[in-house]
Amino acid sequence: MAENHPVGFQWVMEARERGATIIHVDPRFTRTSAVADIHVPIRPGTDIAWLGGLIRHVLEEEAYFKEYVLAFTNAPVIVREDFRDTEDLDGLFSGWNAQEGKYHVDSWQYEGAGTIPAAGHKHLPADAGAGADAPDKRPATLQERDETLRHPRCVFQILRRHFSRYTPEMVEQICGVPRALFAKVAETLIRNSRRERTAAFCYAVGWTHHSVGVQYIRTASILQLLLGNMGRPGGGIIALRGHASIQGSTDIPTLFNILPGYLPMPTTKHGGTLAKYIQGNRSPTGWWSEFPKYIVSLLRAWFGDAATKENDYLWGELPRLTGDHSHMTTVADMADGKVPGYFVMGENPAVGSPNAGLQRKGLRNAKWVVVRDLAMIETAEFWKSAPEVQAGEVRPEDIQTEVFFFPAAAHTEKEGTFTNTQRLLQWREKAEEPPGNARSELHFVFHLGRRLIEKARASGKERDLLLRSLVWDYPTQGKLQEPSAEAVLAEINGYTWPDRNPVPGYAELKDDGSTACGCWIYSGCFSGGVNQTARRKPGREQSWVAPEWGWAWPANRRVLYNRASADLEGKPWSERKRLVWWDAAKRRWTGEDVPDIIADRDPAYRAPPGVEGLASIGGNTAFLMQSDGLGWLYAPTGLIDGPLPTHYEPLESVVKNALYGQQCNPTRLEYRRRDNRYHGAYDDPAYPFVLTTFRLTEHHTAGGMSRWLWWLCELQPEMFVEISPELARLRGITHGGWATVSTARGAIEARALVTARLRPLQIQGKTVHTIGVPWHWGTVGRSTGASGNELLALVADPNVSIMESKALTAHILPGRCDRGRHPSTLGPTPSPLEPGDPRRDLPQVGTKRPMPTQEP
Amino acid sequence: MTAAKGFFTDTSLCIGCKACEVACKQWNQLPADGLHFTGNSYDNTGHLGASTWRHVAFVEQTLPEALGSIEPQGAGNGSSFGMRWLMESDVCKHCQRAGCLEACPTGAIVRTEFDSVYVQPDVCNGCGYCVVACPFGVIDRRDDDGRAWKCTLCYDRLSDGMTPACAKHCPTESIQFGDVEELRIRAERRLEELQARGVRGAQLYGQDARNQPGTGGLNAFFLLLDRPEVYNLPPDPVVPTAKGRESWTFAGLAAAGMFFTAMAGALLARNRSVR
Repeated sequence: MAENHPVGFQWVMEARERGATIIHVDPRFTRTSAVADIHVPIRPGTDIAWLGGLIRHVLEEEAYFKEYVLAFTNAPVIVREDFRDTEDLDGLFSGWNAQEGKYHVDSWQYEGAGTIPAAGHKHLPADAGAGADAPDKRPATLQERDETLRHPRCVFQILRRHFSRYTPEMVEQICGVPRALFAKVAETLIRNSRRERTAAFCYAVGWTHHSVGVQYIRTASILQLLLGNMGRPGGGIIALRGHASIQGSTDIPTLFNILPGYLPMPTTKHGGTLAKYIQGNRSPTGWWSEFPKYIVSLLRAWFGDAATKENDYLWGELPRLTGDHSHMTTVADMADGKVPGYFVMGENPAVGSPNAGLQRKGLRNAKWVVVRDLAMIETAEFWKSAPEVQAGEVRPEDIQTEVFFFPAAAHTEKEGTFTNTQRLLQWREKAEEPPGNARSELHFVFHLGRRLIEKARASGKERDLLLRSLVWDYPTQGKLQEPSAEAVLAEINGYTWPDRNPVPGYAELKDDGSTACGCWIYSGCFSGGVNQTARRKPGREQSWVAPEWGWAWPANRRVLYNRASADLEGKPWSERKRLVWWDAAKRRWTGEDVPDIIADRDPAYRAPPGVEGLASIGGNTAFLMQSDGLGWLYAPTGLIDGPLPTHYEPLESVVKNALYGQQCNPTRLEYRRRDNRYHGAYDDPAYPFVLTTFRLTEHHTAGGMSRWLWWLCELQPEMFVEISPELARLRGITHGGWATVSTARGAIEARALVTARLRPLQIQGKTVHTIGVPWHWGTVGRSTGASGNELLALVADPNVSIMESKALTAHILPGRCDRGRHPSTLGPTPSPLEPGDPRRDLPQVGTKRPMPTQEP
Repeated sequence: MTAAKGFFTDTSLCIGCKACEVACKQWNQLPADGLHFTGNSYDNTGHLGASTWRHVAFVEQTLPEALGSIEPQGAGNGSSFGMRWLMESDVCKHCQRAGCLEACPTGAIVRTEFDSVYVQPDVCNGCGYCVVACPFGVIDRRDDDGRAWKCTLCYDRLSDGMTPACAKHCPTESIQFGDVEELRIRAERRLEELQARGVRGAQLYGQDARNQPGTGGLNAFFLLLDRPEVYNLPPDPVVPTAKGRESWTFAGLAAAGMFFTAMAGALLARNRSVR
């Protein structure tokens, strides 16, 4: 965190100075470790085993916050009789379908209650029950419970059995963390949790970039729920995003499968009516019962008067998902000539995306590519300066792609908001006009849209109806005709229709077309017609929660689920950690923060069985977005790879899975292609070392904002890799000299930084070495060097299609690189798909289902 | 003259982000020093110089006695698992007795109303006497114009009541700017706090003349977590001019000695020839 979020890390330092204990779990000793109290070196890709060990410890030592767990989590809920755990099936859950290569989730459900749509889950095409399109709509509140937690099928007992073998000895075997260190961390964490104290987890892509990444976060969620650290000040799980406003780009998504405010993208399975879409996604209970209001208000915001109740608010005209259109799948398709055009805005996939060679192959096979960036980055120059062009394997004159480069305005040259990791929207002013032809994204998208709409109006074609109907009337200002970002924010906030009076928040939205709202969770950011995100009242002039600094979604609430900071009667669990509470005299929830519960809902209120809508939310509900209002220790739905996190080895590992016969996540997304070869599951003699990627403070992601600045380049002037003195000795690599790192995808050369900050670990009786690879460099800019992403493969977590960049295998040799012919330039010859490695999957898993899209 | 201004750089709070280096270069529009991969931990700018007025040192230490130990050494000393990584943002010390100022023959180097030591670029003739007179190796001549440059304590920002760029950008308050008197009190208190926490090796460097007689104390002083040598700081810096009187006395005596020897020799020779 000190490495990549130095500004945010000031609060960690402040906490440390006030007595907090900082524990840093990282394969490398970094700038964060340097100021932490405890550094835990861990083998990359084993955090579920590590956290699972802590969960087991908390359960076995009965160190969980019992009152909290009983009050707010699904620990007492009974699961269906036909559920089978990974303990029973050697690493698989019940419901595996070998033909389809995926789980059917019916057996994971609660006893007595319907298939439960997960809160705001992104729609998963063709996966009924995995979050949407639930056929069984019996309210989740009909669940059966055992408040004594003794029923063998209650979540608590299932959890206990699931993690029963995650012992300190097993943690040592899998993660390489000595038992004494494990005990120290467990003791520290428990001592700083529960009623009087809280502990927070901070994570970044070190947790997410795995083929089982989502389950890493789930493991931490389980631990935090058990310890009573959710919804309370100083607690929680804090996702440190990789880039300014990445949080904003999921809230108002640049992702293919969600609409603003986490509404699922329609698919071809939804048919033609809004009613069917709503039926598939509205939850009968919990806050998502409000779903229809949000989609109708969104359609009203988009289409204005053209959207009527009679024409389903034009929902039927929206484009539909036909399958997986995630980044990696799209690029693989592009490499096969199936995707003609590509907009790249604020990203540099030729350097920053896995298997950079394949990324560039995609660019070479597109008809046109639009790049908007501050400088002529590698993605704009792939035809001229890419490694394969420099090597003469690809000739620029053979590349037919037409590249359009648009210079972009920097953040100081445009106004708008950033949404930070804590859901805080902060308005930023424009300091100066962008130079030359540089324009803001807002300018580009608005004027592109304006021109397309003009064409659509002229065409009069049926298929252009949607474009013709768009409300696109943002006022522009100045010589450059810059659209007003505040007008966009006002639309996001929402207003009444047609008179456009700002709504105070999402509670005022309607499903009858009388309100419009661009993103329901942001509703309130412009309440009263005032830009709430521009507030900058200093912290010393307000309460410690500082509600008048910017604006946080939802409803300016600073701590989500904060109802959990008070007990069942609505009294804070502890005076030290008080945040919100029930004021019995005024019969309202009140406190330092905006309470995360319906304001006048009496803590004693319990929903009558079977009741639907907001009335289903009891006064004891701390997680009201969930259909059952509970914190999920066990996730009966919403996840593709299982209701509980399970330790699977990375796709490429150095050891066999010590816990299960099933080596890897059985639902992982593989891209078996000739230009994306995988290593052996483990013990691959050609690739005996672990590789993990990392970032440096001095550079920014793929370098677009740092490798063109001398002041930053001089601080980290060359591509290097970090290895331990032991590995250097083993391979004959000298400190400061050249080293070549290779995988089946490519090879790169870099300076060797030999440092004791990397240490070999003892795993199952063998010494495991790790190579640390920063990934900022590319072929253009002021500081150039090889890209770490040349080494990575396309392989992904099934839930969110994120790549596995933090744990793979590789080889390292002394000396400069003789890279050989790059797999991505071997020509279009179709190659037979490699047979699935049987050691990755149990026989009953079947042959790995090919991705829906493959090479022709 | 206003109250003396300076820096208290508390290395126990430094996270090595180098924001100070970049902020300094941007505000003062200093050029980069070129791209040199040093292999010396994460330090690729090496040292202070004509165009690097803030410099972050990175010291990787393996602690043999602590190897394998999992006991935290106490928050603030950056040690863990037998490994320690010290970081320190170095800067011109703005010495009470500044060697550069005293050596400057043109009067280009002056003491400002903020008690900082400032090089007037329009007066400096590039003689370089100041470079050898600095016991810390801070001041340096630029290759292109030959003149001497160093940290100005952001004289221009101070004149407008602003904080120097480095201190303004430090996210963890490792670089604290203020009245030297107040900073000293803060530093003493901080040292006591760290010692109470059991942070071994914590010490102040150059906070006053008592601590560092050779410079008369520093207006930009430090809290270190190990001996100064570890950070490439001289343990007992002495401004060369501090020995001026002594040197001139010795030189005078030597000259007199030589004169008398010569005279005696001449007299002897004369007597011999007379004889």
